[in-house]
Amino acid sequence: MALNPEVIALIIVTIIGAATPLLLAALGELIAEKSGVLNLGLEGMMIMGAVIAFMTVHNTGSATLGIVAGILAGMGMALIFAFLTLSLQSNQVATGLALTIFGLGLSALLGREYVGIAYSGLPKLDLPVLSELPFFGKVLFSHDILIYFSLFMVFATFYFLNRTRSGLILRAVGESHDAAHSIGYPVIAIRYMAVLYGGAMSGLAGAYLSLSYSPMWADNMTAGRGWIALALVVFAMWMPSRVLLGAYMFGGITILQLHGQGMGIAIPSEFFSMLPYLATIIVLVIISRQSSASLAPASLGKPFHPTH
Amino acid sequence: MTPRLQLKQITKAFPGCLANDRVDLKIQPGEIHALLGENGAGKSTLVKMIYGLMQPDSGQIFWQGEEVIMQNPKMARSLGIGMVFQHFSLFEAMTVLENIAVGMDQAVDLKTLEKQLVEISADYGLQIDPRKAIHDLSVGERQRVEILRCLLQQPKLLIMDEPTSVLTPQEVEKLFVTLKRLASEGVSILYISHKLDEIKTLCHSATILRGGRFIETLDPTQETPAAMAQRMVGEKITPPKRTEKTAYGKEIIRVQNLSVESDQPFGNDLKEISFQIREGEILGVAGIAGNGQTELLEALSGEVDTPIDSIVIQGRPSGNLPSNQRRMIGMAYVPEERLGHGSVPDESLHSNALLSGYQAKKLLNRGFIDHKKCSDYANHICDKYKVKQSGINSAAKSLSGGNLQKFIVGREIEQGPSLLIAAQPTWGVDAGAAAAIHQSIIDLAQKNSAVLVLSQDLDELFAICDAICVIYEGRLSATYPISAISREEIGLLMGGITPPLSTPAQTA
Amino acid sequence: MISLKLEARSQPSDKMRYLSPLIAVVLTLLSGIVLFSLMGTSPWEGLYVFFIEPVSSLYGLGELAVKATPLILIALGLSIGFRANIWNIGAEGQLILGAIFGGSLALWIYPDGNIWLIPSMIVFGALGGMLWAAIPAFLKTRFNTNEILTSLMLTYVAILLLNYMVNGPLRDPSGYNFPESRMFQDAALLPILLEGTRLNLGSLVTLMILIGLWVMLSKTLIGFQIRVVGQAPDAAKYAGFNHKKIIWFSLMLSGGLAGIAGMMEVSGPIGQILPSISPGYGFTAIIVAFLGRLHPVGILFAGLIMAISYLGGESAQISLGLPMALTGVFQGLLLFFLLAADVLIRYRIVLAFKSKAAQV
Repeated sequence: MALNPEVIALIIVTIIGAATPLLLAALGELIAEKSGVLNLGLEGMMIMGAVIAFMTVHNTGSATLGIVAGILAGMGMALIFAFLTLSLQSNQVATGLALTIFGLGLSALLGREYVGIAYSGLPKLDLPVLSELPFFGKVLFSHDILIYFSLFMVFATFYFLNRTRSGLILRAVGESHDAAHSIGYPVIAIRYMAVLYGGAMSGLAGAYLSLSYSPMWADNMTAGRGWIALALVVFAMWMPSRVLLGAYMFGGITILQLHGQGMGIAIPSEFFSMLPYLATIIVLVIISRQSSASLAPASLGKPFHPTH
Repeated sequence: MTPRLQLKQITKAFPGCLANDRVDLKIQPGEIHALLGENGAGKSTLVKMIYGLMQPDSGQIFWQGEEVIMQNPKMARSLGIGMVFQHFSLFEAMTVLENIAVGMDQAVDLKTLEKQLVEISADYGLQIDPRKAIHDLSVGERQRVEILRCLLQQPKLLIMDEPTSVLTPQEVEKLFVTLKRLASEGVSILYISHKLDEIKTLCHSATILRGGRFIETLDPTQETPAAMAQRMVGEKITPPKRTEKTAYGKEIIRVQNLSVESDQPFGNDLKEISFQIREGEILGVAGIAGNGQTELLEALSGEVDTPIDSIVIQGRPSGNLPSNQRRMIGMAYVPEERLGHGSVPDESLHSNALLSGYQAKKLLNRGFIDHKKCSDYANHICDKYKVKQSGINSAAKSLSGGNLQKFIVGREIEQGPSLLIAAQPTWGVDAGAAAAIHQSIIDLAQKNSAVLVLSQDLDELFAICDAICVIYEGRLSATYPISAISREEIGLLMGGITPPLSTPAQTA
Repeated sequence: MISLKLEARSQPSDKMRYLSPLIAVVLTLLSGIVLFSLMGTSPWEGLYVFFIEPVSSLYGLGELAVKATPLILIALGLSIGFRANIWNIGAEGQLILGAIFGGSLALWIYPDGNIWLIPSMIVFGALGGMLWAAIPAFLKTRFNTNEILTSLMLTYVAILLLNYMVNGPLRDPSGYNFPESRMFQDAALLPILLEGTRLNLGSLVTLMILIGLWVMLSKTLIGFQIRVVGQAPDAAKYAGFNHKKIIWFSLMLSGGLAGIAGMMEVSGPIGQILPSISPGYGFTAIIVAFLGRLHPVGILFAGLIMAISYLGGESAQISLGLPMALTGVFQGLLLFFLLAADVLIRYRIVLAFKSKAAQV
């Protein structure tokens, strides 16, 4: 396969596609973690978003409704998590695992009639004139709406956290829930909102997977992307711009793996498929050596109960 | 004159304890009013109700003559109540300016706020850099941020919860100047403390609480500290008995040129620390929190590795020994944090006796735990040190602070250590337990053990130590005999200034 | 306004510690009724087919033991780590490595084998699982890398590795290119303990390991050290307990046991190496560990309960045409209810009639 501009453009477009679900889910988790909640259930929220979005589109024919349904499904899962960990003080790690196990099971149950049905995919928003440009038109200006949205959210997340009063309060709650409580902020309510937002973004990421990235439904189709998104947040040291960087890096590795197999390099395909997972481990090692612990929100993962 | 704040018959109960029982309080405009009581007397609960963090079960609160129901801190602030917390309500990773913005009730433009902050800090002489992160500030500076945050909202009543426990004597004086000026401008101040000398010099009146009950309101300028102490504690506390020592035995621990890099994100590195303690000697280490105490204790107890020669115990280079091996050569250790460091909160007293005693007390039998011996040991500690508990199978966290501390101190002393390290041994402990703990430490030294006591409380150090030194920004001062140095000089050392007067007993 | 309020108990309730798993099971059964109704099945028939029918014969009871054995074995190992706050959630991958290692030994010396083959395969299986768990252990002790994510990522790697093995080196030479190994020789198969069932030696081995771990946890210093490291790491440092040693110990133990479980799957009920060895035992065992209160005896019962959910899923699929995915839903629900019911250990739920003024 020759690397002419057309092929390169195609590769970049597929990288963007592979990166987008990671980006969406990780940006959502970033906000939840900034408020001090560690939700390990991304995989479960994502797969529920995927299956519900696909079912909705198949039954209503409306992509918009499908996306909304995916978001709501993610939020519904997040609500279970929030209720257990915030209202009932359950262990955040165990609850996140439960969310994943439950989500994988329930999505397979709900989606069993939908396996193997094809969907045409989300419409591309070809920006007039710009999308006609050679090379750049394809690479930059001919995507579906969720891709533009995910990039917009990188800036929105940054702006929210660093330039708004609500963002300041959210960070304060994640930094020290006791201090925030003693000043008089409703810690639990703020965390509920952050977790629900995280669920919405994971649900959206799932919807993107089943409606755009590979428009169909298959059991377990998230294939660990929720976990990779979780690792991305750590890699990004809780900075939105670095989430963008990380997501596109992982997108690149995923695509590299596909093309590596396609180019017939004499290595069994399984070893190429291992790449994203191995890369995650390597990234985690690099990050933990830089002792990112000091950058994590100080109350991350700690339960809060207003004592007397 | 209408009182600024008046409380009538305030009562608040928690499961298993009555925190406030019909408490009355009245504060006039411009008055500095002390709220006096031991740990657990109900002071914090009372002020949390004034500040709207919790609501009374019964009783009334009047603000400038009108009854109010204080729903939340926001409402308290809108009425003009400001509060400086004992454990500051600050956010470490955020800047001074951000911290102050979070504490304001209305959205403010950060630039305007910065201008206001600079003005007001210049006005009151409370210098602060608004762009600095909190974790780069000293404890005194952090308190300044909290005070400024209150002042920006033009308070009519300022609540200060134990504000001087973390300050040097000199910083305390500066704080008092600020507070007196605020009072002269008509601000009422509710000053919570158990330090009687301070109350005598600062406050116009004092309300005493004991066991959650209102005892009386009195004029502190007309009372002796001893008389107030007795009413606060409710019984006469005998100060620890000690005999004058003239000579000490052989050297037990020598620390030489100990330098350690802190493993904490915002910690303090230790720099070339040297000292020694001999048989029968109690050495005190004074200093403001956050000057390397944690790192020094970790190095001495063996919780972090240090160069082998930098710590010599009983003539043996021990810098690289983990804590259980140091215990085998005679060390014992009472950490600052009772729950989670000195004990496992959810485990029974029986298991907590095993925690540090399994070697010295031979509680293992070929790798298996001898549960009978553990129980005997735990029971022995409880009996001898008068630890009140509901059986040795009850969890450590179910004990009151004083009783758990007596248990931990007892567990360490009963192992017959030749070296005891005790950090803040009476922090947050009632006066009776504190006296008992002080006496057991003195008795241990009497039996020729070496003791190191690290504390922020100068009263404690002056009551039990033979010699004293100060830790400041990771460096340890020279050691002075306790009779040869004054509190003022110690205070200067705590602020990083070496006083010229005294000559140290031993040079490093 | 009426609201639920949590009121802290002065002492954690021991009664609730044992009751909350039962509450969780009951709530799961109740949601089972709802779930079956929603799917258009008679709830009573559904519950009967799912929970009773599978264990109403001797063969069924044997199947229960066959399914419960790997769950219990893995959960025992995981519970040690969870007690010490070390979150190995990659048991599924360690199981696969155990199966590859143990199974490869049998295939390597095929068709030979004597009485020592099974014990050697157990050792190899354990080594395979330990090797896979050693990676997160090394990364955590050396670089402080989060073991949750590393052990999980390695599970995906292990699945791919297994895929490669059955498509390549381990493929049955006379098997028409199907991605599976040849059937093991008799000497490599775990002996059946009870005629007419598939109950095999593995269950007995598991029971012995269970007793050994129970003694270790309640009577030895290492058991105490594990508890202290998990509950109060500073107190563990204070006592001089070596944190890194505990991390290695618990990951080696849980990896080794998961490896043995994998080896016993291929050498027991399966009898060869397939591309899919376990229906998610490594993940379900996490639930078993929690449901069993991280205690060996509790895990024994929890393992049997969870084994029913697998058998019930199969039986519901055959008798009622319901999907296997139901098993995962029941398992997730059970863990949710357990986590929710656990709140009763530390808190009492009080119905509060609050006036607006009293809200914080």
